[in-house]
Amino acid sequence: MIPAAFDYVRAESAEHAISLIGQHGEDAKFIAGGHSLLPMMKLRMAQPSVLVDIGRLADLSYIRDAGDHIAIGALTRHMDVEKSSILAEHVPLLAHAASHVGDPQVRHRGTIGGSIAHSDSASDLPATTLALGATYIAQGPNGTREIAAADFFQGFFTTSLEPDEMLTEIRVPKMNGAGWSFQKFNRRAQDWAIVGVAAWRRGNDSGVGLVNMGSTPVLATSVASAISSGASVADAAELAAADADPQKDLNASVEYRVHLAKVLVRRALEESSK
Amino acid sequence: MTMTDAATPANTVLGKRRLRKEDPALLTGEAKYTNDLNIPGALHLAVLRSPYAHARILSVDVSAALAMPGVVAAYSGADLVPLWAGPMPCAWPVTADMKNPAHSPLAVAKAAYVGDGVACVLATSDAAARDALEAIDVAYEPLPAVVDLEDALSDRVVIHDELGTNKSYTWDLKCEGAEGQVDRAFAEAAYTVSEHYVHQRLIPMAMEPRAVAAVPQPFGGDITLYSSTQVPHILKVMTAITLGIPEHQLRVVAPTVGGGFGAKLNVYAEELLCTALARKHKVPVRWNEERTENTQATIHGRAQRQHIELAADADGKLTAVRVRLLADMGAYLQLVTPGIPILGAFLYAGVYDLPVAYDFSCTSVFTTLTPTDAYRGAGRPEATYAIERAMDALASKIGIDPLELRKRNFIRKEQFPYLAFSGLTYDSGDHELAADKACELADYTGLRARQQAQNVEGATKRLGIGISSYFEMCGLAPSRVLASLNYSAGGWEAATVRVLPTNKIQVVTGTAPHGQGHETAWSMIVAEKMGVDPDDVDVLHSDTAIAPLGLDTYGSRSLPVGGVAVAMACDKVIDKAKKIAAHQLEANEDDLEFVAGSFSVKGSPDKAMPLAAIAFEAFTAHNLPDGLEPNLEAQVTYDPPNFSWPFGTHICVVEVDTETGDVEVLTYVAVDDCGNQVNPLIVDGQVHGGVVQGLAQALYEEAVFDEDGQPKATNLAEYLVPAASDVPSITLGHTITPSPTNPLGVKGIGEAGTIGAAPAVINAIVDALSGLGVTDMPMPASPQTVWKTIQSAQGAMK
Ligand SMILES: Cc1cc2nc3c(=O)[nH]c(=O)nc-3n(C[C@H](O)[C@H](O)[C@H](O)COP(=O)(O)OP(=O)(O)OC[C@H]3O[C@@H](n4cnc5c(N)ncnc54)[C@H](O)[C@@H]3O)c2cc1C
Repeated sequence: MIPAAFDYVRAESAEHAISLIGQHGEDAKFIAGGHSLLPMMKLRMAQPSVLVDIGRLADLSYIRDAGDHIAIGALTRHMDVEKSSILAEHVPLLAHAASHVGDPQVRHRGTIGGSIAHSDSASDLPATTLALGATYIAQGPNGTREIAAADFFQGFFTTSLEPDEMLTEIRVPKMNGAGWSFQKFNRRAQDWAIVGVAAWRRGNDSGVGLVNMGSTPVLATSVASAISSGASVADAAELAAADADPQKDLNASVEYRVHLAKVLVRRALEESSK
Repeated sequence: MTMTDAATPANTVLGKRRLRKEDPALLTGEAKYTNDLNIPGALHLAVLRSPYAHARILSVDVSAALAMPGVVAAYSGADLVPLWAGPMPCAWPVTADMKNPAHSPLAVAKAAYVGDGVACVLATSDAAARDALEAIDVAYEPLPAVVDLEDALSDRVVIHDELGTNKSYTWDLKCEGAEGQVDRAFAEAAYTVSEHYVHQRLIPMAMEPRAVAAVPQPFGGDITLYSSTQVPHILKVMTAITLGIPEHQLRVVAPTVGGGFGAKLNVYAEELLCTALARKHKVPVRWNEERTENTQATIHGRAQRQHIELAADADGKLTAVRVRLLADMGAYLQLVTPGIPILGAFLYAGVYDLPVAYDFSCTSVFTTLTPTDAYRGAGRPEATYAIERAMDALASKIGIDPLELRKRNFIRKEQFPYLAFSGLTYDSGDHELAADKACELADYTGLRARQQAQNVEGATKRLGIGISSYFEMCGLAPSRVLASLNYSAGGWEAATVRVLPTNKIQVVTGTAPHGQGHETAWSMIVAEKMGVDPDDVDVLHSDTAIAPLGLDTYGSRSLPVGGVAVAMACDKVIDKAKKIAAHQLEANEDDLEFVAGSFSVKGSPDKAMPLAAIAFEAFTAHNLPDGLEPNLEAQVTYDPPNFSWPFGTHICVVEVDTETGDVEVLTYVAVDDCGNQVNPLIVDGQVHGGVVQGLAQALYEEAVFDEDGQPKATNLAEYLVPAASDVPSITLGHTITPSPTNPLGVKGIGEAGTIGAAPAVINAIVDALSGLGVTDMPMPASPQTVWKTIQSAQGAMK
């Protein structure tokens, strides 16, 4: 539980952080809340040589109404997402999902940007923002670019971010009164989901994101297209795992995961359809 | 939560809820755990552990580690052989022919489980020591792992070459007159059941992992061993023997200890390594266990396969019990490893009236896994689980309510003291009362009606009600009984009560609390006896220089043995004080009474002398009766004449989501009878924690290994200890059947909750799913396991 030796620098701004990462090269890593990175370092599964601390970049911690979407700074803590009145009004699914992340200590330290950049398919916020059709803003030495959530998650803990790029903002479309549901199935309150489902529905439009159903967060497009072509909730839910590639672990076999996904997607769509 | 206050009207302190005096220091962080001790100049020990479950050690090269910054020394197992005067101790050779493999603090020729120490480093910081471990080069020849108990028994792979077999022992309980009775009862039975259960391996997982610091006095020759242990006294004797240290030069201190649950009732490699290396290097050596290390290097619990058969007559009255156990010792025998299944051997008939027809046999085997040993309940949760699950199976076979079957079989109140088939005497009990009270608190009849309405065809949320009635055999133990079980120590406990000149009282106890609240409880006993305020009593413990006599804390023994010794020492002090009072008051001793801390002459209350005055007289010794020694102090060593026999009934109500396999505990009622209660607040706390630990076995926890013996649950994200948010509110009730065995009328309560809980939970789940063809449920009943069990039961019904 003692990480390998590393150096530490604290960034004063996003630009500073990006130049520090550029300067220290390959083995340098951003650290935001540290709640994914530090556990991996303690297990020596990650051994960065330099940590660039972006945790105190207060100007990247915000939640703003930007017209058709809500803009969330990458350094916004889970607890602020959970408690935001703007999100409660316009993107209640995300605020609610944030309330299911870990325990209060984790939610006070962990950031939405860190969660998405870490890209753990078992995490709640990547799949939720994916279901909501979010756009992520990345800033690098040569400026910023927009990445659609659907293009962001590449594989096991890998994203389309360049090593010297930093995630700065998450843009989530307003839900405009859509029905929604967040189904997190786990064994203990503070655990990661064995399977999780983030879903919303407005008439025949819907979005369904799956947690822990593959190497990346999964957008269950087959379910959404079934709904849009008028399928019943029960029938659409049968397609829950059609876009997924679930793995087995201590808590679930592949067969059980697929089964759970169907049950939870059905329940999520039932709740969203009310 | 319901609270029943157990105060006896005549008492002013005992039986009253009282906040624990230990808690402010614990809650504010003021309490010092072993790792908090500031020990200047200490070297840090780190242990390199085998990554293989079974491997020959071909070579160990520590040279690169020695070159690392801060490293002072590095050793292989072979390097340290000269330091060991004896093997790692096992104090419980249960049979004369028990096989006990060679076991030294660091493995020499072979590693026998993942986590077995093979080399170590001493460095100037913990970080430097752990970094250096990565530089040690060990050449292993991996050998096949032995994980499964039947596989172990087959001797396909023999783990300890010198033993020639993986079987450690077979132990049979021979009941006088049982010969032929069991077979006859089964042949004549109207009903029989034959059930197989598995107790998964559990990790005790105390919040404070282990920690050790050995501080030598190089020129005086003495050494002090600080350890996060439940057994400072046993540790002292065993360390002295194993290292060849003159016992009088060794002092053992257990600073604040953050939980043990039996796992710190042991003598561990790191305690011996720190002590031996501190002596060798003539500087303090300390070690602090990491969480992952704790899941491998500290003993595991349970790990048994059970086969239990019951025979019953046409009324459902039990006529015979037959039990066959296969128990997993792990790779080596630790301090009391072989005795754990035996501690349950007497309880497989539970709370039921059984003639002599009892047949128990346990075979124990080695595997290439972490050694097992005592874990909260130690043998008795296993026994209770088997009989209480089997009683449900029998009730279902007969087609009667499980509560009704229990009631037909309970040992009745008027049968106590009850001479059991085993030759043991159950001193007291009232099982029907406890069961009735639990049923009333849970509204058993109402629940059954609700269940009928809810569990209709096609229902996906099914209600289940589980009952478990338990008998617990604790308060270890009458020394002569331990002798008959080949245990290498006694079961007595010592106490000294000392009245200081200013009438403050010091109690020295041989018990070693690690979370239980002995300081509060022993103070209350003294306060009641001596008529002082509990805050005027100080309890000294867990340091062999201050409390040289004792046998420590385990087996729910502290109150019924150690607390009773405290009460008896008070009586002795009062007897002496009375002599002084009689002398001073010029009265006859027989005419004196001791009330509220003062002696007075019966009938003339103005002729009185308070204890405070007597304490001062005893101290100055200016005017004592002829021949009476100065000072007011008494020591008692109490050897209990019998075990203590707490009992109770637990009822668990669950709702099972048959689509996901999720189990929600809706209601949990625990009615426990531990005789007279010293502090009902502490009793409630013990039951809460105990119930949660049993519930954790039923629903959450398992030390999972793959077929190569690799542990898969090595941290608190993978090993699912439930947190406060995961457990139900527990409704507590108590009945009070004082123990006739000891003068306080008390029985142990530390393990009772754990013993009662697991079968109540599993019985409830099976009950919920009985309409779907489910007849058993493996532990832990994880959602996946529940779902799969439903699937296969449904498949079988088609
Ligand atoms: C006990 C515990 C329980 C948890 N339970 C849950 C749970 O139930 N559900 C859940 O979803 N999560 C859970 N988490 C994870 C938690 O949500 C993390 O906080 C989150 O995943 C990572 O955010 P962070 O700010 O801590 O990132 P860090 O740990 O600081 O960083 C994670 C990774 O992202 C990179 N990174 C961070 N910020 C940026 C950025 N702005 N731009 C580019 N790269 C960046 C880092 O370099 C690192 O590789 C749990 C964590 C713990 C410790």
